[in-house]
Amino acid sequence: MKQSMGVRLWRWTIISVVALYLLVPLYAMFDFSTKPFGFADKGRTFRAWKMITEQPDLWPAISRSLITAAIVMALILFLIVPTAIWVHLKLPVLRRPFELLCLLPLAIPAIVIVVGIAPLYRWISINISESPITLAGVYSMLILPYTYRSLSAALDAVDIHTLAEAATTLGATITRVIFGIIMPTIKTGIVNGSFIAIALVLGEYTISNILNFKTFQVVIAQIGRTNGNVAVAVSLASLLFVIFLLLIIPTKKRQGTVLDVDVA
Amino acid sequence: MTQLQYKGTGSATGRTGSRYWRSKSAYLGVLPFLLFSGLFLLYPTWNVVSGAFKDNYGKFSSKVLLEVFNSSVARHAFANSLEISAKTAIVGAILGGLFAWAIVTGKPGGVFYKISVALSSVLAQFGGVMLTFAFLATFGFNGLVSTLAVKYLPNTFLADSTWLYGKTGLSVLYTFFQIPLMVLVFLPTLENLKPQWREASDALGGKAYEYWLRIGIPILTPSFAGAALLLFVNSFSAYATANTLINLSDFLTPLEIATALTSETGGSNPAEAKSLSLFMVIVVVIVMGLYALLRKKVSKWEQKR
Repeated sequence: MKQSMGVRLWRWTIISVVALYLLVPLYAMFDFSTKPFGFADKGRTFRAWKMITEQPDLWPAISRSLITAAIVMALILFLIVPTAIWVHLKLPVLRRPFELLCLLPLAIPAIVIVVGIAPLYRWISINISESPITLAGVYSMLILPYTYRSLSAALDAVDIHTLAEAATTLGATITRVIFGIIMPTIKTGIVNGSFIAIALVLGEYTISNILNFKTFQVVIAQIGRTNGNVAVAVSLASLLFVIFLLLIIPTKKRQGTVLDVDVA
Repeated sequence: MTQLQYKGTGSATGRTGSRYWRSKSAYLGVLPFLLFSGLFLLYPTWNVVSGAFKDNYGKFSSKVLLEVFNSSVARHAFANSLEISAKTAIVGAILGGLFAWAIVTGKPGGVFYKISVALSSVLAQFGGVMLTFAFLATFGFNGLVSTLAVKYLPNTFLADSTWLYGKTGLSVLYTFFQIPLMVLVFLPTLENLKPQWREASDALGGKAYEYWLRIGIPILTPSFAGAALLLFVNSFSAYATANTLINLSDFLTPLEIATALTSETGGSNPAEAKSLSLFMVIVVVIVMGLYALLRKKVSKWEQKR
């Protein structure tokens, strides 16, 4: 279809304004992180980028955040997904309450959850562990709405009742039906959910900062107080890492589910 | 017999389970999840809602709630929060909506489409600490734009970075993640607009502006408003960006809650934090309720394709 002059003019004006808004800060991060600092260097320098490796708190924080993300994914795989399938298969009465429970975090901002959960984490750090990895518990609840959306769409698209019936007739146990038959068929939904889990855990600041846990974001903020250039370099690096993740996870229709927070 | 019953249950909606599936022991299957979510989701929710009606010694009283309601500091922070959320939701919705239109009018599935969607899904999550650093590197002291402005436009506001650390600056930062979120939410709606409507309008002699004025805009308004409500909640709940950009504890409600909870001077006041939280939850619940109503209206034409 040939576009008229007016449409094309409008289109390019909008694209340039928005692109300028979104891309200039990203370029500024690159510019800022390669600026000379101290007295030794002139012109461009990658000293800030090299100094990323010398941050004592950073690597433990990254590995802890990645472990937390892995635990959140395990909770999705072995607790949330099986429960969703169970409810679909065996307890249709509970579908609506289950949905409401999963969408509840949408109505409760993270800053409010942290107020309510502070006593629980005080108890956990005294009696169980002081490790930030315990945050996996509350993180897995924060992503419930997104996990639920991608799961229920996937479960509705497949006729899991017939699958379950066929498998049971052939002698499969219910565990095998859930993990061996149904979960492989809704793989895409699960992969989407896992991607959100990684993005959320690596980007979470509110809860960990208030509860005094040194997660990835909290450490970046801490570096920023002493050395801005390095903090900007780390931020840009982690942004590139997330884009890289997005590119290597080969799923179709990911864009729709990442933020499809449709409660209706 | 059971086989026949199974055929009836073969529907994707799963509404009709046979009696065999519905034994009481099935309820045991949801127990682990119920315990877990009870601990990490229902308990904190209940703790906040009930705690708002208690004082710091655990006695029932509406004193703290009323104090917070009448406090001028809290009201000021709440007004700031509402104002910034409303402004960034509207600006973000308009810019993001227009950008989504620009994406749709391009080649479907082309390079520009793919890059825009991928970048949007990353940048919509890009709030918080890293976003603050990005804008400090742009407009902050010694930043990219401010350095240029000092050189070439010394008398404009750009040369003096103080504007960044206030309401204007915060709104600019929030809009940064609102635009990509709007693109993600609104793009599917625009893609679902039927080309036949445009063709019908053209065939009947309608002009381009008439199509938009009489068909396009009326039909898009509910989903546009719904998306704007989502953006509102998104910035209303945001804490990380504000916390790292400005260190004023009473500037926004989320900052005030954090201060009441963790006050470094020793005056921690969980009852106040819970009361403030309750007011936030009330606003979010109202907005999400409106959103749900709008979505119902939208889904009538959007989903029946």
